[in-house]
Amino acid sequence: MNKLYEKYIKKESLPTLFCPGCGNGIIQRAAMEAIEMNGCKEETACVSGIGCSSWIPCYLQLDVIHTMHGRALPFAEGLKLAQPDKKIMVFTGDGDCVAIGGNHLLHAAARNIDLTVVMVNNNIYGMTGGQKSPTTPLEAKTKTSPYGCIDMPMDACGLVMTLGASYVARWTTAHPVQLTRSIAEGMNHKGFAFIEVLSQCPVQAGKNVWGEKDPAKIMDLYKKYTYMTKTGEVDPAGARSASAIEGKLPIGVFRNDPDAPEYLEKVEAKLAECGIR
Amino acid sequence: MANITVDGTCCKGCNICLTVCPKGIFVKSRKRNTYGTNMPAVENAEACVGCRMCERLCPDGAIDVDTEGDK
Repeated sequence: MNKLYEKYIKKESLPTLFCPGCGNGIIQRAAMEAIEMNGCKEETACVSGIGCSSWIPCYLQLDVIHTMHGRALPFAEGLKLAQPDKKIMVFTGDGDCVAIGGNHLLHAAARNIDLTVVMVNNNIYGMTGGQKSPTTPLEAKTKTSPYGCIDMPMDACGLVMTLGASYVARWTTAHPVQLTRSIAEGMNHKGFAFIEVLSQCPVQAGKNVWGEKDPAKIMDLYKKYTYMTKTGEVDPAGARSASAIEGKLPIGVFRNDPDAPEYLEKVEAKLAECGIR
Repeated sequence: MANITVDGTCCKGCNICLTVCPKGIFVKSRKRNTYGTNMPAVENAEACVGCRMCERLCPDGAIDVDTEGDK
């Protein structure tokens, strides 16, 4: 077994429930490495919702709450307000975070509360058998869109950026080094850190979205259908030629603003202003 | 020279490591892991450059790369 796994994983609960080749394991390893880089194992607590991706922290030797479907962010906000010195990580999926928990995502991002949200985006509802999710690409044939998906896929990174989240990044499982660095930066960042990870689901999305069940080939497709942007680039699509970005998603750190006002600081300032503390 | 081990109790046989190694150290084999699927064999380990992409991209933490600098 890997040395990092021996330090962080609960050996008695192995094997993990992830299918062979699932991207969740890669994200789990990236999160472990980020915690190791920051040296904050004792101060870290994890919150997760429901879905395959929400099982990621349950195998780690950390404080974990496995909460209701879509409600991971409210639990995490409460935990942060009760224990402000803890570093809170939230692991959530695309259905959990954008579909049923969409409202909570909007409000957590607008408050800019100090959380690190890792959204695992596999473009489908994997655990329930391959139904269409808000991020399923156009024309994908799934169990609930048998003639091809007609809804525009949601851009969760763009959504939280408009609402004022101060650290926003998108990576794929084919970029594990950059993903690790982003999670480590997000944990040190004061404010709402939102990291979307495009992750392969070889069983459900492989069958319905990609037409390819080999996880390594889906990771190659992720490299092919993404393009790299720089931090703070104003209009990444406009600066490139139409042929270079056609059908591709931007990846990279989209925003890193350490000066944005954070929710807990605003609470403390208001309490001091009213003479309560 | 690196000492590369694949743990048969962790490996699920997804074959991601066969494609990510730049030196092609992992090869298909007929050896079975505890799930009953084929697990990779390590060949020509002295060619390892220590990039650790196999460790990072193994979803089950089965691969351990032990280079001399670790000790």
